[in-house]
Amino acid sequence: MEFQNNKPIYLQVIDDIKSKILSGEIRPGDKLPSSRELAELYEVNPNTASRIYSEMEREGIAYTRRGIGTFVSESAEQFDSIREETVIEETRSYVRKLKALGLSDKEILGLVEAFLKEG
Amino acid sequence: MELVCRNLTKRYLTKTAVDNFNLTFNDGHIYALLGPNGSGKSTLMKMIAGLTNPTGGYVELNGEKVGWKTKADIVYTPTEPFFFGYMTIGDVADYYGDFFKDFDRRVFTELLREMELGESMKTRKLSSGMLAKVKIAVTMARRAKVILLDEPFNGIDLIARDYISKLLIRYAPEDGVVVISSHMVEEIEKMIDVAVFMKQGRLELVSDVEKLRAEENISLADKYRQLYSKEA
Repeated sequence: MEFQNNKPIYLQVIDDIKSKILSGEIRPGDKLPSSRELAELYEVNPNTASRIYSEMEREGIAYTRRGIGTFVSESAEQFDSIREETVIEETRSYVRKLKALGLSDKEILGLVEAFLKEG
Repeated sequence: MELVCRNLTKRYLTKTAVDNFNLTFNDGHIYALLGPNGSGKSTLMKMIAGLTNPTGGYVELNGEKVGWKTKADIVYTPTEPFFFGYMTIGDVADYYGDFFKDFDRRVFTELLREMELGESMKTRKLSSGMLAKVKIAVTMARRAKVILLDEPFNGIDLIARDYISKLLIRYAPEDGVVVISSHMVEEIEKMIDVAVFMKQGRLELVSDVEKLRAEENISLADKYRQLYSKEA
């Protein structure tokens, strides 16, 4: 995985896992790799991997059963909130980029409408 | 485990390679040792390994001065190849097994299988990428508490580099430290958690990599440029 330069690495891995949950590649209730395996998979520091899981637990996306492993949360609410958060984040960054290119609000709306019509 | 460098200094006739270096390395971290050529990285590592004597200060591992007693707990892997060309990979394993009690032949054999290398292959015939991989395999097969790697990524391709990174991550001890010196600042950023910057033999800065990103909004490479661009 390629990492961006200005955002903590653990957050970027969490985003990647979230997108895999949304796309269905990882399903609710699935067992996640051990934190050392996760570190190897993303080639990140083992402490970063532990932090990824503790942060995901804090957000309610994952839970750990002692001695068994870390699992993806099964609650539908969690799934919805990840989805909502991702949609908002994507829209925000898209709008920001277009504004930085000098587009007006009207032009942005026009563009979105045009692409929606195109299907 | 605690590895302490206190007022560590190495002076040669005309220059000071390491100048009053103070740092405590803590368990469970992977450190990067960064700085331009001649900033004292290799000399520092060799002193930690007990391979060269300080002219001032000392290194202690768990309260014990570094020397023959700590040899078993510290492994130093230099950047230059250090196998004899006539040796087969199996000979290298025997040699290590004889010298180091902690050398785990099972781990080494498993790694060879993963790398698709046979024990009968002569080290002379290996490509530089393969050689670098074997070097890391023998290093990590020793379950040492302090693992010092001098430029492990020099002169090898991307695939070999990725594999070596994975091995380091897989075998980095929870109750020990890994210290990697490298010029490949961008490539090693994600695998380390603490960066130690050196400048003209002195400790310039110690940074937590994720903190740099979270608090200063910059990557390790950006920080490196900030610190050294005037020197280049």
